[in-house]
Amino acid sequence: MTLTIDTQANTADDIVATGEGTLFRFATAGSVDDGKSTLVGRLLHDSKAILADQLEAVTRTSNERGFGGDSGGIDFALLTDGLRAEREQGITIDVAYRYFATPARSFILADCPGHVQYTRNMVTGATTADAVIMLIDARKGVLEQTRRHLSVVALLRVPHVIVAVNKIDLLDYDEAAYREVEASVRLVTAELGVGSLGFGDVHVIPVSALVGDNVVDRSERTPWYDGPSLLELLETLTVIDDRDASGRATEAFRLPVQLVLRPQGAVSVAPELADSYRDYRAYAGQVASGSIKVGDTVSVEPGGGTSTVTGIDFAGVDLDEAFAPQSIALRLADDLDIARGAVIAAVDTLPPVTRTLEADLFWLDPRPLAPGARVLVKFGTTLMQALISDVTGRLDLTTLGVEPATTLAVNDIGQASIRLSRDLPVERYAQNRRSGAFLVIHPQDGATLAAGIVTAPGEPTRAGDGSGAGSEVSP
Amino acid sequence: MRAPPMTTTTAHRLSELNVLESEAIHIIREVVAEFERPVLLFSGGKDSVVVLHLAAKAFWPGKIPIDLLHVDTGHNFPEVLEFRDKTVAAHGVRLTVAKVEDYISDGRLAERADGTRNPLQTLPLLDAIAAGRHDAVFGGARRDEDKARAKERILSLRDEFGQWDPRNQRPELWNLYNGRHTVGQHVRAFPISNWTELNVWRYIEREQIELPPLYYAHEREVYRRDNMWRAVSPVSPPRADETVETRTVRYRTVGDMSCTGAVDSLAASVTDVVREVGVSTITERGATRADDRISEAAMEDRKKEGYF
Ligand SMILES: Nc1nc2c(ncn2[C@@H]2O[C@H](COP(=O)(O)OP(=O)(O)OP(=O)(O)O)[C@@H](O)[C@H]2O)c(=O)[nH]1
Ligand SMILES: [Mg+2]
Repeated sequence: MTLTIDTQANTADDIVATGEGTLFRFATAGSVDDGKSTLVGRLLHDSKAILADQLEAVTRTSNERGFGGDSGGIDFALLTDGLRAEREQGITIDVAYRYFATPARSFILADCPGHVQYTRNMVTGATTADAVIMLIDARKGVLEQTRRHLSVVALLRVPHVIVAVNKIDLLDYDEAAYREVEASVRLVTAELGVGSLGFGDVHVIPVSALVGDNVVDRSERTPWYDGPSLLELLETLTVIDDRDASGRATEAFRLPVQLVLRPQGAVSVAPELADSYRDYRAYAGQVASGSIKVGDTVSVEPGGGTSTVTGIDFAGVDLDEAFAPQSIALRLADDLDIARGAVIAAVDTLPPVTRTLEADLFWLDPRPLAPGARVLVKFGTTLMQALISDVTGRLDLTTLGVEPATTLAVNDIGQASIRLSRDLPVERYAQNRRSGAFLVIHPQDGATLAAGIVTAPGEPTRAGDGSGAGSEVSP
Repeated sequence: MRAPPMTTTTAHRLSELNVLESEAIHIIREVVAEFERPVLLFSGGKDSVVVLHLAAKAFWPGKIPIDLLHVDTGHNFPEVLEFRDKTVAAHGVRLTVAKVEDYISDGRLAERADGTRNPLQTLPLLDAIAAGRHDAVFGGARRDEDKARAKERILSLRDEFGQWDPRNQRPELWNLYNGRHTVGQHVRAFPISNWTELNVWRYIEREQIELPPLYYAHEREVYRRDNMWRAVSPVSPPRADETVETRTVRYRTVGDMSCTGAVDSLAASVTDVVREVGVSTITERGATRADDRISEAAMEDRKKEGYF
């Protein structure tokens, strides 16, 4: 028996979402105890996303723990704080992913921890988010950890920021108190450039996660607030900001090659078709940005060769066009030397290759960074050796200015110069969110040391110097 | 084979199911590219069937370059094992079966008082991973299944004892997966982490994926225990005070006969199931798994010990 993969699935209708009926990813952020998990639980509960057995389990646990004193009630944080240690300590330790849908769209939500010790987990949740809900305890206002998280959000250029000024019930729904917090938030976001540098927008909402004000429904207790509820906002924010009004991708086409598909006879297609796939060769990867059509000219790095796209395959379906984030296999007219780590791009859109770059680093490891450190870096599907030649500054979370620094410690956001062991077409994160992001990895134990964001590629490597021989790292 | 051309006015945005599908294929290809000896846990259950289908798509028109592994508790539904072997043959892949039964008969494992064998799978699994020198293990776990699973990374590092340390997980940034590990460590990879039960069923419907028949409504001799319908079988006999009746049921998860329950259902086709799951008021595990009722943190405890 031979496997046949159904090919009716990927018709145009199927591939393209109608309207906004697609996935929207958001994450929570903010200082410890500001109410992130409670808000998320409330959102899930009030949008009817909690099934009976889950609600029963958290109600039981809430009662056992005496939540809410004599009046009782449900500790909604238990819906995401699922680990034993989290329940014992009453804090979130690692990101919990939850899924829910409303008639408008489907959501993947990442409930992140606020505790400084687990900032790396908040960064994890925020890197894939279309929006971040930044919680602030209305009584405490903007704290250092709020500024740290907002800096991460700014660094990552998360498209939308929703600041939820929480626990407004404890301030008797006082407008003046809310306006004060709102004003200080606006100051900080302006300082960080959130919502002003052509990316991101900032929405501020007064909420009570505990009581449910302005979470799903607009609250009568905040008549002075005339904006949308949190859920209304989540349902209407645009999905990604790198598309124009007609929904076309505005970033240039990039396909980081994951592997080369060359079955050489070991095929899964019907025996009578096997012969026609004997010489099949295609470059498999997930489109990182932009779109590509059959007949388009592409260029390839490393090597700088160009060719024409002769076919786009999606598991047996022949596509005319593909776009991010589709996982495809690309066939080219010419036999170029392309392996894992190569980038196939729309012709003449790749920046010149370089061996140096400037980056912002979010340092995630307890071991501090010393200049001169030898590390591995992972850009797309490229893994190579690199050297952090210099630390040039660090973000001061009090002033939000850059102060001089020579090392980076855990949770620091710093600036560094990096030398690569091989030529790479380096792109600024501000230009391309997928290509401009990278990991810094410990060369021995494999730990992820930092999240990296390219701020400036270095001098182009002179063309034709023939020194492509860097040290490639086998996985 | 050619899809209708898309007009230029079409928004370049993927539907939910296609986003999840492409994400899963990306993960599968990354792991196969970066690891020496990946293996895929395949039970014949719907989630592992979907992962296998995605693997076939990821490497089309080539064969799936991954071996399969099943930890057989000895209490599996016979029709599922039959389906498992048929599917393995259709894909032309190699399957290794690690048997809990062997461990019990030579004393390496002892039967539990409650007769449940699900928690006993961990040791044979770890031995099979070590024997196959596997550095990456694909699983079909989904984050919506359980609150401990909701915390798991897509690529999850395990030490040489297979242990999961939820307090100290590696950061996972963007879609840049870091699979570096040291000798003895391995990685568990969960390509359908972000899929819900409904996503899985919609995908099965769309792709016309075949499943073991017990996922659909059928008549079966059952008795009531722990608020679930348990099948009458040699390994799960009713007690004297339990009445056997014939009912129309189906299974939402397929595991060990000794701890998996059926639900009342008339959903005989995949379309019926999609409709049923869409309006269900109880979670998949809550409805069908006795082993997760042992304690509030049953899954977390098993995972810490190396369970999938
Ligand atoms: N009165 C009142 N209390 C709240 C509100 N939101 C949260 N709380 C309480 O604040 C405490 C902390 O809430 P959590 O939701 O666990 O806070 P968190 O931000 O998730 O904390 P970490 O994840 O550990 O950073 C709990 O005791 C909540 O019940 C609110 O709107 N009003
Ligand atoms: Mg929390």
